[in-house]
Amino acid sequence: MKINSVKLISLLFFIISAFYLYTAHQIQVFAFDEGAPFNAKTFPIYLGYAGMFFSGLKIVLPDQKPVQVDPTYLEFKKTILLVLTMIVYGATILKVGFFLSTSLFLIFSYYFLGERRWKYIIIFSFPFVAIFMYLLHGVLAVYLRDPLLKYLGIMG
Amino acid sequence: MIEGILIGLKTALSFQNLLMVMIGCFAGTIIGMLPGLGPMTAIALMIPITYGFDPATGLILMAGVYYGAVFGGSTSSILINAPGVPGTVATSFDGYPMAQQGKAGKALAIAAYSSFAGGTISAIFLLIAAPSLSKVSLSFRSPDYFGLMILGLTAVAAFSSKGNFLKAMMMCVLGLMLASVGQDTLSDIPRFTFNNMNLSDGISFVLVVMATFAMSEALTIIIKGNDPSKAAKQISLTDLGSIKVSKEETKQMAVTIPRSSILGFIVGVLPGAGATIASFLAYGMERNFVKNEEKEKFGKGSVQGLSAPETANNAACSGSFVPLLTLGIPGSGTTAVMLGALLGFGIQPGPRLYETNPDIFWSVIMSMYIGMVVLLILNLPLIPYIARILAVPRTFLIPMILFFSVTGIYLMSFNNFDIFLMIGIAVVATILRLYDFPMPPLILAFVLGGLMEENLRRSLLISDGSWTFLWDRPLTLCIMITILLIVFWQIYNSFKLSKK
Repeated sequence: MKINSVKLISLLFFIISAFYLYTAHQIQVFAFDEGAPFNAKTFPIYLGYAGMFFSGLKIVLPDQKPVQVDPTYLEFKKTILLVLTMIVYGATILKVGFFLSTSLFLIFSYYFLGERRWKYIIIFSFPFVAIFMYLLHGVLAVYLRDPLLKYLGIMG
Repeated sequence: MIEGILIGLKTALSFQNLLMVMIGCFAGTIIGMLPGLGPMTAIALMIPITYGFDPATGLILMAGVYYGAVFGGSTSSILINAPGVPGTVATSFDGYPMAQQGKAGKALAIAAYSSFAGGTISAIFLLIAAPSLSKVSLSFRSPDYFGLMILGLTAVAAFSSKGNFLKAMMMCVLGLMLASVGQDTLSDIPRFTFNNMNLSDGISFVLVVMATFAMSEALTIIIKGNDPSKAAKQISLTDLGSIKVSKEETKQMAVTIPRSSILGFIVGVLPGAGATIASFLAYGMERNFVKNEEKEKFGKGSVQGLSAPETANNAACSGSFVPLLTLGIPGSGTTAVMLGALLGFGIQPGPRLYETNPDIFWSVIMSMYIGMVVLLILNLPLIPYIARILAVPRTFLIPMILFFSVTGIYLMSFNNFDIFLMIGIAVVATILRLYDFPMPPLILAFVLGGLMEENLRRSLLISDGSWTFLWDRPLTLCIMITILLIVFWQIYNSFKLSKK
């Protein structure tokens, strides 16, 4: 049996299924439901077994279509930077407000992906977000939380 | 039925709904055209917007997006040989060679006319089949539904990802596991929440769809370093040539369209088969039917080779609505997303939908047809302009997709936790995608999770905990035998390979 990334993912899935099964057994059901034909933990228990069964088979059996992923061709740096930018965006969107955090997210994302035409970067960040906000908040009356714009008196 | 059609027409032809069909078709075409982004992503991105409308309008918008995205997928297949969706791969076999011969406009027109005709014929089938099937499905009991749901999941796993059955089944289980997070619907007992209040209501369907499709597709494009705009430079997107189709070509299409429509519709109704299998089957069937001299042209720009898959994939799209509307069970990833959206509106599709919400039932069917008319009238003349979107660099495209995904969740919950959860699921989904773990089974399972548990609960309670309900009724028995055949056939194939 060859160990490859798919087998490792399957092994991880097997462990997760086992943990899921353990957690399913720990679900506290009502006393009168304990011996019932079906309670809150019945379905998850079967799911845990199903997960272990299919991932177990995947570990044991050879790959029908082996996947070759050459890490040297993958753009890890850009992807990680983009994910980190999203995390920062998610963390600041409520505190800083929609307008500033979204505009900065777009600017940084364009930049990290290799865009250097600042004219377009600026057009597709602050003005774009402003128009989007106007359409959403002003036209469609969808509430957008923005403490900064509220503090500046731009948004009600 | 006539009354129903009139109700549907009245709803679908209101100014607001017509506008929604147009917007949907337009937006769907643009999103579907971008390689890697298919109808599921297009619909997923639209869901937060649709929740602001009434159910009929929201569904009409989504139906427009669906058809638009399928048409958009054909456009990128023909123009840059990069199918936006698997269902349009067969389109590129003859569409791209035609475009290379300087007949891109004609290829797009043939694709549009064939899609329209295929969609029209299958819409008529749907009109006839859906109400009759609704009546038949009223006799279905909980064990049958439970069996049908497992059949749907196994069929999708077996057919939608050839050679990856076990991976697809793992994704099904993962989807069901994600669906089980939150309070139990009957007893309100928290499950897998780990004392986190944010999880007590479960994981939002929109969050999972956005994370596994829109966001992870965008991240996959980045990590693999694919740049759709580079491919777009191979063919001039500013001069697509004439869109006129000659009499001879029309005659050829007239022969191909009816048979491909019937095949596409039947394949579409089957769970798990869908547009991809329909288009490949239609292509193969057409190749066998045509004369030898035309057979030679296949793969080099044949009109019939282009028309057949295009007709079949659109017919299959309509066909896939049959199990959704009549049984409440989606047969494909895209209809699973639609089901999730319907449940979000508080509508339970199934045999009763025909009686309880005839306006929704009929307006969806009618708007599908109107969507196709709009596609033909609006999109075909605009294609030379819309095609230029293919040249939008990914440096702008990807951040926009990520922005719409995060905003969609932010607007629904105003909760940081949901955004972080979505990013986490998207990262996991991206890694899984890299190793060919299919995402549609996950979504289908996530949507069906609650319904499956509910039907299993009822079945077990009725049979007093005995699993005999699986073979008590002939219908359930037939379904279970089919499931076992699929599972054992797939596992047998894996064993056979291990011996080799």
